[in-house]
Amino acid sequence: MVPIGHYLFLSAALLGIGIVGVVTRRNVIIILMSVELILNAVNINLIAFSRLVGSVEGQIFAIFIITDAAAEAAVGLGIIIAFFRNRETVLADEMDILKW
Amino acid sequence: MLDLVVFYFFAALTVISAILVVTRRNVVHSAIFLATALLATAGIFLSLHAEFLFIVQIIVYTGGITVLYVFVIMLVNLDVALHQVQFNRQWLVALLLTIVLGAQVVVALALSRGSLYTLPPAPLSSLEPNTEQVAWSLFHTYMLPFELASVLLLVAMIGAVVMSKKRV
Amino acid sequence: MDANAIFEALKPFLLPVVFAVVIVALLPLVAGYIVLVERKVMADMQVRLGPMRVGPHGLLQPIADAVKLLLKEDIIPESADVFIFWGAPLISVTCAMLALSALPIGPFFQIADLNVGLLFILGVSALGIFGIVLGGWASNSHYSLLGALRSAAQLVSYETSAGMAVVGALLLAGTLSTRGIVEAQADYGTWFVFGAPIGFFIYLVASIAETNRAPFDMPEAESELVAGYMTEYSGFRWALYFLAEYTNMVVVSSIATTLFLGGWLRPFSGTPFFNFLDFFPPLMMLGIAGYCFYRSPKQPVPVQKLFMVAVGLLCSVVALILAAPLLAPADSLVASAKPGVHGAFWFLFKVSAYIYTFMWLRFTFPRYRFDQLMKLGWQFLLPLSIVNVAGIAVALTLHRALGWPLAASFLLTTVLTLAAAAWLVRIGEKEPVGIAAEGELGG
Repeated sequence: MVPIGHYLFLSAALLGIGIVGVVTRRNVIIILMSVELILNAVNINLIAFSRLVGSVEGQIFAIFIITDAAAEAAVGLGIIIAFFRNRETVLADEMDILKW
Repeated sequence: MLDLVVFYFFAALTVISAILVVTRRNVVHSAIFLATALLATAGIFLSLHAEFLFIVQIIVYTGGITVLYVFVIMLVNLDVALHQVQFNRQWLVALLLTIVLGAQVVVALALSRGSLYTLPPAPLSSLEPNTEQVAWSLFHTYMLPFELASVLLLVAMIGAVVMSKKRV
Repeated sequence: MDANAIFEALKPFLLPVVFAVVIVALLPLVAGYIVLVERKVMADMQVRLGPMRVGPHGLLQPIADAVKLLLKEDIIPESADVFIFWGAPLISVTCAMLALSALPIGPFFQIADLNVGLLFILGVSALGIFGIVLGGWASNSHYSLLGALRSAAQLVSYETSAGMAVVGALLLAGTLSTRGIVEAQADYGTWFVFGAPIGFFIYLVASIAETNRAPFDMPEAESELVAGYMTEYSGFRWALYFLAEYTNMVVVSSIATTLFLGGWLRPFSGTPFFNFLDFFPPLMMLGIAGYCFYRSPKQPVPVQKLFMVAVGLLCSVVALILAAPLLAPADSLVASAKPGVHGAFWFLFKVSAYIYTFMWLRFTFPRYRFDQLMKLGWQFLLPLSIVNVAGIAVALTLHRALGWPLAASFLLTTVLTLAAAAWLVRIGEKEPVGIAAEGELGG
């Protein structure tokens, strides 16, 4: 097996790229896509450690994370569609109705 | 040796696709690169002998969620969005966060004095046959979270339908 | 690292690579000839002759079509997204061909026997939706986008029902590996279509919708949205989409054959009484060869006479290959090739029968309107497929836990599922009740 440190670095890299995407981009859809990248980084970590330890529980946790991500993507995209119908924009800094 | 080659191939594909997701101006291109990143991650799962996760990643993530993203992008597409500014002014914060994260991983590995880096893996037989083991664990030990996950999906379905209807 | 060690290391890769190259090389030819067969069958059902001009009986028509498509001008719309326009047909073709890699054409002809082979095929077919959606998007035209969205919505709707129908066969087999499913059918002695007939029916309907074939071809029929997502594609790119569609047809037929129709098994493979059926393959090929020799003198042109004789000889050679394992002594090398060669023949025979059923249905039924199509998928097929899975699970429990005979428990659950289907049809025909009836508010 590839040394576990390799997988740690890979998932840290993906996590970093995902954080940069969430913090830096203006388009809300790309922010959601970056969140998916973060969740994938976590999955890689979980499954690498499941292989290391020899227990299948890491994979079960990863299945639940994938399920969660699907639910969150569906609802998040529904919210974006609803917002777009009202305000005609998908840029995060133009969604400032609740600002005071 | 082959393990390392396969890992580097999929890892490079994942990281490059992820960087392209975050930096493309055209949202559809970002979605395509997200699909590639998810497929490369599935490849990493397969190289870790997690066959069921490999296939679930392809069916659910790439075949379901990414198609959903592409649909929504087509619905909210604005041609004017292509010429607007793509990045906001907080890239310094992002850089700081990334450096802190990288430092965390390096510190964690250094504190173990390198032994964490090369831990020997457990024997493979404890994970084979993969699908049967996952099914056994899921339906015996984790039955309650499984049922709750199905309720969660039902709620998400209802929520998505309600949010996208034209008139409630 | 000498040559021997390298060869030993490569051997697990060599055979799959050889099979993969054979399949990828033959598939465009096969797809082209399926198009010809479709045109001839269409003509036969419409009491006319079909393509007769190019080659004897139109047998060279696919070659002419291929040459024409390759030489056509490659038009790209001006404001199209070139990267996606170029990549979308590639995604469709790649996913269609990738799905063929997990399917067993015979006991020895499989590229990769994955442990999760069945789910792999379903997942890769789901990826094919990308090719359609991106193709419609990249063309930057309203017809294409609408056609692509409709087509993708249709595919997504019927994918769930197809998956559930497949789960029915999976419960019977107990394994996700495609080879294991065929071997389970050999163990049971019957094909799974007799254990899960409603599952087979659901899969038949869902697979017609999955491949955008009539009567579910609203997104790409000629009198509808021009050609849907394929409108702006011409020449070789269109040929790639076309190849992807017919490869999908072959894939879906192969899945149905593997899961429900016994894969490479001869009918009644477990019963020694029916061993005379082993002679059916060579006799059938000899019959076709005889027909070709019989029609050869009646051809108008000498070239066509020779061509018919050549086709007849080809069929005789195939008949000889099929008969050799039967006539050779029982423990020779030739006789041991019988499962492989005969298995491949039966598999291809069943796949052809399934594809013929596709064509038959295409030329018999009128097209579904799009809202009727979606209603059928979500309000009839999906509940029915869920009931089907529950029914098969109940039947297996009755057999394994309570000791009922297999036939009795499956008969009971089939009847119950049919009752559920009849109830669903009855519900579907009632008019939906509106939230507020017209004219009742305020008076």
